[in-house]
Amino acid sequence: MVAFQVNGSAVEFAGDEQTPLLWVLRDHLRLKGSKFGCGIGQCGACSVHIEGKVQRSCTTPVASLAGKSVTTIEGLAPSERQLHVVQQAWLEEDVPQCGYCQAGQIMAAADLLGRIAQPTDADIDSSMSNICRCGTYVRIRKAVHRAVELQAGGAS
Amino acid sequence: MNMRARDTQDQPLSQSRRRLLVGGLTATGGFMLGWPLINMQTANAQASSTQKIGYFVEIRPNGDVIIGVAQPEMGQGVRTALPMLIAEELDVDWSRVQVEQMPLGIVKTADGFTWKYGGQGAGGSTSIIEAWPFLREVGASARRQLVQAAANRWQTGLGQCRTEPGYVICDALDKRLAYSELVADAAALPVPEDPPAMKAASDYRIVGQPKPVIDARDIVTGKARYGLDTDVPGMKYASIERCPYLDGAVAKLDDTAARAVPGVLDVFQIEGPKEGEPYFILANGVAVVAESTWAAFQGRKALQVEWTRGPHSKESTESFWQQCNELLASPGQVVRNDGELDAALSASAKQVEARYQQPYVNHAPLEPQNCFAHVQENQARIIAPTQMPSGASRAVNEVTGIDRENISVEMTRVGGGFGRRLTNDYVAEAALVSKQAGGLPIQLVWTREDDVQNDFYRPSGMHELKAAIDEQGKITGWTHRLASTSKYYRRPGVEADKMFEAEMYVDDFPAGLVDNLRIEWLAVQSGVPRGSWRAPAHTANAFVVQSFLDEVAHAAGQDPLALRLALYGENRELPYGQHGGPTINPWRLSRLLQHVAKEIDYSRKRPDGRAVGIASHFTFGGYAAHAVEVSVSKQGELAIERIVAAVDCGLVVNPRGVEAQLQGGTVDGLSTALNLQITVKDGQIQQSNFHDYPLLRLAGVPKQVECHILPYGDAPTGMGEMGIPTLAPALTNAIFNASGVRIRNLPILDQLRQAMA
Repeated sequence: MVAFQVNGSAVEFAGDEQTPLLWVLRDHLRLKGSKFGCGIGQCGACSVHIEGKVQRSCTTPVASLAGKSVTTIEGLAPSERQLHVVQQAWLEEDVPQCGYCQAGQIMAAADLLGRIAQPTDADIDSSMSNICRCGTYVRIRKAVHRAVELQAGGAS
Repeated sequence: MNMRARDTQDQPLSQSRRRLLVGGLTATGGFMLGWPLINMQTANAQASSTQKIGYFVEIRPNGDVIIGVAQPEMGQGVRTALPMLIAEELDVDWSRVQVEQMPLGIVKTADGFTWKYGGQGAGGSTSIIEAWPFLREVGASARRQLVQAAANRWQTGLGQCRTEPGYVICDALDKRLAYSELVADAAALPVPEDPPAMKAASDYRIVGQPKPVIDARDIVTGKARYGLDTDVPGMKYASIERCPYLDGAVAKLDDTAARAVPGVLDVFQIEGPKEGEPYFILANGVAVVAESTWAAFQGRKALQVEWTRGPHSKESTESFWQQCNELLASPGQVVRNDGELDAALSASAKQVEARYQQPYVNHAPLEPQNCFAHVQENQARIIAPTQMPSGASRAVNEVTGIDRENISVEMTRVGGGFGRRLTNDYVAEAALVSKQAGGLPIQLVWTREDDVQNDFYRPSGMHELKAAIDEQGKITGWTHRLASTSKYYRRPGVEADKMFEAEMYVDDFPAGLVDNLRIEWLAVQSGVPRGSWRAPAHTANAFVVQSFLDEVAHAAGQDPLALRLALYGENRELPYGQHGGPTINPWRLSRLLQHVAKEIDYSRKRPDGRAVGIASHFTFGGYAAHAVEVSVSKQGELAIERIVAAVDCGLVVNPRGVEAQLQGGTVDGLSTALNLQITVKDGQIQQSNFHDYPLLRLAGVPKQVECHILPYGDAPTGMGEMGIPTLAPALTNAIFNASGVRIRNLPILDQLRQAMA
């Protein structure tokens, strides 16, 4: 039995403790926002925050989570009405095409902004390693810059 | 090729309007056809609060407008662009519009199956072209019914009434009614047979305005539902271990350990097609059904399977290129022959000749293939991310025998398509698994490895080009000989002498512009499955032709841009018999080239090692051009400094969406040109996941990517595919101009460094 927190709620998982967090979220907790893309930590579609740091949930065994706190895309916004600045920036720049990777991209960008308030292009390049097959990168880059502005006070 | 018409085999949409109207009920009785203004109330709609007008439009008492989208959304933007067409003519406030994905709608008639909501399927960049007349008419018809209802209420003439978004207004009577107050009356009115009046383009309020992705908020909050997010109560999970050898089979199976994995419910073999027979699924395999996805994966790992090596166990990428070389030594099937090529060659002042290679590539949509299937004795329910829902229905019918009337197909948002999900093999697999598991509702989940190793890959081939140039530097002869693997491989009903049609679009540039032209095709034997990969043969042929055109320009001492402008000529339509026709206007390519050349400052002198390359191409009715600026160091390190792209897709419905497709196509073209290939050894696909099939990441995308839209005419063309083909040749032309190294084989990988070492 592994006990941890997901989006502020206490959860317990009694199955195979080697099960990756991604499948616990998706199949057991019915949180479908974190996506399966590669299963080997390459693409980042499954990205979540664990103890506030972005991680690939497809390669994180649930056994490693005892007592820890997990935030998924479903729990990123401060409230139902108010989006996280990164989500807001993603809407303003109209980033998604198919949209499948975007939850992971947003979790990665939120982590970046949490660590570096004013990221340079080099910071963005090195932090945003998630794959977008549709090639929305041009808008992702703009949206990260927009999120920085929103975080700094919403200047448009 | 119009993929939809070809793939579905269902009746095309272009039935007469009269028949749709008058024959709202078919001769055999009872079925409503796809006419949008039949009064439809869904079973669960509360008549007092919600009224639907036809299949597509529902207007709620609070003024919200729900518009149904019949086409699958895979990132190409139809879920936003198609409702814009209805909303424009219906005359509603876009901010009140919400969209709903409609399921597959097919209806059995005496003449076979026909469409309930109009043709459904996304392929060949056709959605917007086909929807342009149809959905505007849906909106205009609904608007006319609302206006008629108001006129009746006010006892005045239709001509006395006009609309503003969401309202019917009679200025003479000083009256005004919201659509929501009229919708019940409007839905009950008879539908006139004459077509409704449509707006003049100058009156558009929605079409032509940049509209963001309509369900983007669901995407950024994790609420959007893709195929893999399907969650049906009681659903089990399945995964299939497929034979790693092309056309191999199970020789011996020991499933003892797999069955002992906690959560595993069942293990059984899935039988694939016999060698050479049409693919209904791709491979023989062993299915594991379990209580969770992870348990199914663990069960697969515990399987002990011995495979036969199949008939292609000696096939490799090396043997493939050797075969191409041998084939090109002999004449091929002549598929176009204009003038006297041989005479032009012997009379030429100069000849240029080159060979190019294109690898197999994988579609790699980020959402791996998956499908929910619940197959019972006489009915089946399918929920799938598919580009071709009618194909899904047929696939299930084929493997279960269940009548298509009793197969429901629901569509989710699709996590990328790129042509992979035109083929419903994973739907057939899911139906087989559900059936063989005794009718359990199951979700079949492919891993990334399954997806990379089991695909209908983009065909691979070797191209030989030769041009004759006269004393004045004019191109007098051109021949293009292609040895390749047709994507029609194992497709039923395609004769051997038609296999080339998927690989060589014979009216493509420079057909019609060079007097003496010969195109030949040679069939390469390969056991690798292949299919439609975004912009199919255009990605291969635009690279080759636009690269070779630069080679010709350099040989003739001409500027590549000037040569193109001279060849493309004046503003006129030339015949074009393949998909995207019936005509092509090369002048529209000139217009785009001049635009990107100006933007990138084409004629500016740049320092050594830095240069610009250009390319332009016509794809499925749309026109595109790229200008790419690169730096190449003395060691052969490539830096892409700037990309300028331009597209002419006719009338622009949603500029935001068009720009997105051009940006995405540009990145897709770059990613594929730089790094992507599928190789074969001993009859096995060698790549398996994103570590060895390295799609481009953010860091690899230049900081300056600029996209321009040049509108043209009064009707739109699709936009899903034309952004790709010109990127690769513009890039390799830039590389040549910067370094003198001509890249003729894709992907580029480290060829540049090797050449300059």
